[in-house]
Amino acid sequence: MRDKNKDLIDQKLQDLNNDGVDRRGFLKCMAWAGTGLVWTMSGGIPSSRAFAKTAHRSGGNGGDFSFVQISDSHIGFNKPANPDVTATLQVAINKINAMPDKPDFIIHTGDLSQLSKPSEFDTLDQVLKGASAKQIYFVPGEHDMLTDNGEQYLQRYGKGTKGNGWYSFDQKGVHFVGLVNVANLKAGGMGSLGHEQLEWLEDDLKGRSASTPIVLFAHIPLWTIYPDWGWGTDDSEQALSYVKRFGSVTVLNGHIHQIMQKIEGKVSFHTAMSTAFPQPAPGSAPSAGPLKVPADQLQRVLGITDVNYLVSGRSLAVVDSPLGNSDPSTAESGGSTGAR
Amino acid sequence: MKDIWVAGFTAAVIIAIVLLVAGTPSLKASDQPSATNAAVNIDNFVFGPQTITVPVGATVTWTNKDDIPHTSVSTDGVFKSKVLDTDEKFSYTFTKAGTYLYYCTIHPKMTGKVVVQ
Repeated sequence: MRDKNKDLIDQKLQDLNNDGVDRRGFLKCMAWAGTGLVWTMSGGIPSSRAFAKTAHRSGGNGGDFSFVQISDSHIGFNKPANPDVTATLQVAINKINAMPDKPDFIIHTGDLSQLSKPSEFDTLDQVLKGASAKQIYFVPGEHDMLTDNGEQYLQRYGKGTKGNGWYSFDQKGVHFVGLVNVANLKAGGMGSLGHEQLEWLEDDLKGRSASTPIVLFAHIPLWTIYPDWGWGTDDSEQALSYVKRFGSVTVLNGHIHQIMQKIEGKVSFHTAMSTAFPQPAPGSAPSAGPLKVPADQLQRVLGITDVNYLVSGRSLAVVDSPLGNSDPSTAESGGSTGAR
Repeated sequence: MKDIWVAGFTAAVIIAIVLLVAGTPSLKASDQPSATNAAVNIDNFVFGPQTITVPVGATVTWTNKDDIPHTSVSTDGVFKSKVLDTDEKFSYTFTKAGTYLYYCTIHPKMTGKVVVQ
């Protein structure tokens, strides 16, 4: 299965390369067994590699910056699938701190808490305080807006943001946009951005050069993975239409607690593992509830995502890596050599 | 002929009562407006039964059997549970006839219906 996926990606890369655009190091990693993802941005083109011992910013051009994506910490969850989610988040932070190339910042793609409780947010803050990267960007998951329409989330993590917590920022020529698709969900629907946010997004991107690398991040996937489980965003097509003209677009999501990747034109989509518990592959279980795995295997299905951006190398490298030590064969087959 | 019908009917009623008392899923019983109290279990991201029919005055109790929190919220704003963590319950008494659509605001794909007759 993995080989098949890899072939598919290689084929896509081939297709993309035929259009004459330099996309060396395009997204290539299928790190299904990873717990973290390293993204290396080179000229705004994403590629990925295993977040193992070899996970240095590669290519000889030096990375201009890198960041790590973590997701779905679910602090407060205490069921059999993972009775100690605080500990596994701590392992994730330790792993980030031990990275040979220190990431410039961390992006958390939501579900910080299980029940939006102040004590859960407090515990999260306590653990994140120990991260070597001091700048952390957040977007809310549905679990963070359970009780008060997200008021508490906004007070703690969304100062200076618009609406329910959306915003954008620039880092060394890359434009990042944090979107909120977990508010005001409609009966029978999936994730939703809403009219106001879409208008803001269109305006935010207007006037930016098409060569600006764009990174969109949001909790629920901005591509439809499995509608039956609500794994998609009803109005994401609209949002994606605004980024079509850009040469490199990377979409980072969480919510589904497993790695999924897709490349569509110049847009590459990626979902991250959770730091708390895995969820079943689409349709492989009666519901999307927490997947129970043997305790000694849990850290193999939790993880972080490391992203490196290289201006001169024209690529964005993404590396997922598991929290637990994986054996060499897992690391090799689960990783990739996409970074340049 | 009539005696057989009555006997059959009585048997059905007794079976229904036994089922209710035994606490087995009230799937069959709740299809008919009989009990004044009815239960909806939230299990595997599904409201069960998805459609429940009760008489006016009945109290419906939702119980979350999942490891993940859910809500039960009327699409018309008639009732709204707090967030239900595992094994937590929410009850609402329906005083007016009508059809009440509801969903989980956290997982909006989860929908259900209460018919009050």
